[in-house]
Amino acid sequence: MRWIWIDKFTEFESGRRAVTVKNVTLAEEHLHDHLPGFPVMPECLMIEAMAQTAGILVGEAGGFREKVVLAKINKAVFFDYVVPGDSLRLEAVMQTIAPEAASTTGRITRSEQVIAEIDLMFSHIDQNLAGKKFPKDNFVFTGLFTSLLRDVALNHARPAPQRMESGG
Amino acid sequence: MGMSRDEVFQKVQEVLVDALGVDDEEVTADATLMGDLGAESIDFLDIVFRLEKTFGMKVPREELFPVEGLLNNAELVSNGKLTDRGLAELRAKVPHTDLTAFEKDPDINKLADLFTVNAIVNYVNGRLNAA
Repeated sequence: MRWIWIDKFTEFESGRRAVTVKNVTLAEEHLHDHLPGFPVMPECLMIEAMAQTAGILVGEAGGFREKVVLAKINKAVFFDYVVPGDSLRLEAVMQTIAPEAASTTGRITRSEQVIAEIDLMFSHIDQNLAGKKFPKDNFVFTGLFTSLLRDVALNHARPAPQRMESGG
Repeated sequence: MGMSRDEVFQKVQEVLVDALGVDDEEVTADATLMGDLGAESIDFLDIVFRLEKTFGMKVPREELFPVEGLLNNAELVSNGKLTDRGLAELRAKVPHTDLTAFEKDPDINKLADLFTVNAIVNYVNGRLNAA
């Protein structure tokens, strides 16, 4: 991942499902041109947000040893515009994971409304059929994104707030 | 739980329609996956995943699409054609595939044409009946 497009993970079940949040803001410069006077989130960036959510789900399942690359968009259906101020919830569910590849299904919602359904396939590119070689370094999972996951781990581990003793 | 060959064909057809975004009518028994239906390498894995889900069986990729193993071996390929030994290996690996036409001119570029809808139906049928 060369850039981060999702804001945080809120749920993470290793190898099964992950939930992230993406908040849309008019501070995103592309929205000024897409479209002039009518800012809407480009659908391709909804696919990107799902690819990051699902891609990290797939990568984590393999201990981040594989280079996980988006290989195929099996389905991308959009039901409504997304505009500045919207908070998107992205849920990715693992369907199959094999040594060479993985497939996921996903759904984007805003409040309870379904915004998009996006099903993806990822390739573990070092296991490619052609036997092609790639650089040793894992250029997909760099240190850039690890803070995203650290937050969800912290959320789970955070102890319940202590009640303040009064009058002590 | 018995399933007739027609039922298997119908389910395989559904799998290919979903995986390759083609129409029902295009998925004929003789259609080749790459030439006629436009499958690329990642699609083969997609098809394998979907077959596993549809028929509830594990499908080792090298059983259904076993070609890569052959091509990297100099004893099995010579001048862009499979040698007699190569052909024998191929025959052993793909009992569910009709090789009569290919054997006349075993050009490796034509290997892709062996992957037909029928070959998948034969494979699944064989697995179901063996179980």
